[in-house]
Amino acid sequence: MQKQQETQEKKDYYFVNMEKMPENGFEGFKRSVKLSLGADIIKGLGLTIKEFFSKPVTINYPFETQPLSPRYRAVHNLQRMLESGNERCIGCGLCEKICTSNCIRILTHEGEDGRKKIDSYTINLGRCIYCGLCAEVCPELAIVMGDRFENASQQRAHFGLKEDFLKDIDEAKFHQQLEFEGFGSVRPIADKEVKQTPLDY
Amino acid sequence: MSAFIIETIIKVLVVVLVFSFLGGFATYIERKVLGFFQRRLGPVYVGPFGLLQFGADAIKLFTKEDVIPKGANRLIFALAPVVALVSAMTSMVAIPFFPDFEIFGYKVTPIISDINVGLLFFISVGAVGIYAPLLAGLSSGNKWSLIGGARACIQVLSFEIVSGLSILAPIMLVGSLSLVAMNAYQSGGVLDWLIWKQPLAFILFLIAGYAELNRTPFDLLEHEAEIIAGYCTEYSGLKWGMFFIAEYAHMFAFAFVISLIFLGGFNPLWFIPGGIAIILKVCFFIFLFMWVRATLPHVRPDQLMNTCWKVLVPLALVNVLVTGIVLL
Repeated sequence: MQKQQETQEKKDYYFVNMEKMPENGFEGFKRSVKLSLGADIIKGLGLTIKEFFSKPVTINYPFETQPLSPRYRAVHNLQRMLESGNERCIGCGLCEKICTSNCIRILTHEGEDGRKKIDSYTINLGRCIYCGLCAEVCPELAIVMGDRFENASQQRAHFGLKEDFLKDIDEAKFHQQLEFEGFGSVRPIADKEVKQTPLDY
Repeated sequence: MSAFIIETIIKVLVVVLVFSFLGGFATYIERKVLGFFQRRLGPVYVGPFGLLQFGADAIKLFTKEDVIPKGANRLIFALAPVVALVSAMTSMVAIPFFPDFEIFGYKVTPIISDINVGLLFFISVGAVGIYAPLLAGLSSGNKWSLIGGARACIQVLSFEIVSGLSILAPIMLVGSLSLVAMNAYQSGGVLDWLIWKQPLAFILFLIAGYAELNRTPFDLLEHEAEIIAGYCTEYSGLKWGMFFIAEYAHMFAFAFVISLIFLGGFNPLWFIPGGIAIILKVCFFIFLFMWVRATLPHVRPDQLMNTCWKVLVPLALVNVLVTGIVLL
């Protein structure tokens, strides 16, 4: 049984044909003649000149960037409701609970209308490992992973306050807010899969 | 007589200035060409296509602090780059760069001094350049530099023999050591080029040239991966720049000489006038230097010595022997 397994595994192997090294002087001479007259150096030069005439792959970085994957996980965004522009975050604190590196902190109080009001929402970006669990757990799709990876700054105060994450209110009002397509987001076919709740409940 | 002196001084000035500029400019070309070989862009920011990068580098080198390490022998440390530059520039005295031309009705021979042992002069004065890495390595008070200097000694000295023996065969054919005579010998068109009569000598001289100019694959003197920067580890600023300009100027001189000996020199090529023909040949050799650098890895010092003494020297001797028998 085990042997069968081994042969099964070895099917995926392939063996490189190693050149036999010369054992005596005459074989060594033959090999060196073969290598010098076989124009191996010309082949090598040909390979590099082919690269010389092919298009450079350089991306002129500060002026152009590579396209990011929609699932790319950089600095978080706090999304807003479409049209109304209200904040989506309801202050449930699930992201604070699930955060593996304890970098999210939400302070809330009960407002006059009986709803939770958010005093502060901070993510310590120095500790964040960008795992995306907060975005996955968020029931309101309020906190999502964004694409802002160039977050170098001179002050620690520039990292992780609520206003850094919150999206522009005009974007939400005019339906320009980009929804996150990655980890934790609603699937594209989510609308089709919604079923009517049976009244028997 | 005074006209001759003035003419010579002007020629010397032109050669020194042009080759200093070319030596600096070649660093830009090298970076650009190597960049394209590695599918990068090379320098692009300073000026159009990064052309002014050379100027930026020059300003950087001139304004850098000139550090002399504590354990160094100050005199020799300062002398070594001068030796490099002087030997590289002096070796150009005997090189006829272009065919004769007239300027304002005055006939100019673009060779500083047509001595009848031109080739010997070029090789021997160029060989004085060994002292530069050797003195730099010994005087720096740094072990990397010392290893670089030692390697300079074994490598360049060994390959001097190969280059000397390999051009012996063309010299036997031409019967003169003057580069002008070498050029005149090949004036009958492409088929008269000495490369067809002496292909082995051409290849040997090319390989020996790469080793003497310490270009990859033979740049053991300043092999970054092994000995930091070899003999110029401790150098900075202008002194380091002098080493570099000397190296590149020597490269250009070598390209001129190998074109003159083996590739028909400045004789007109089909419809191309002679002056442009030799520039094209030199450009090809400069490109070849970079092409080979982009292609081949370094060789080990022991492999290099094996190749030199066990393969190249016997081949050069056999070449001389066969040429002698054929001539008889």
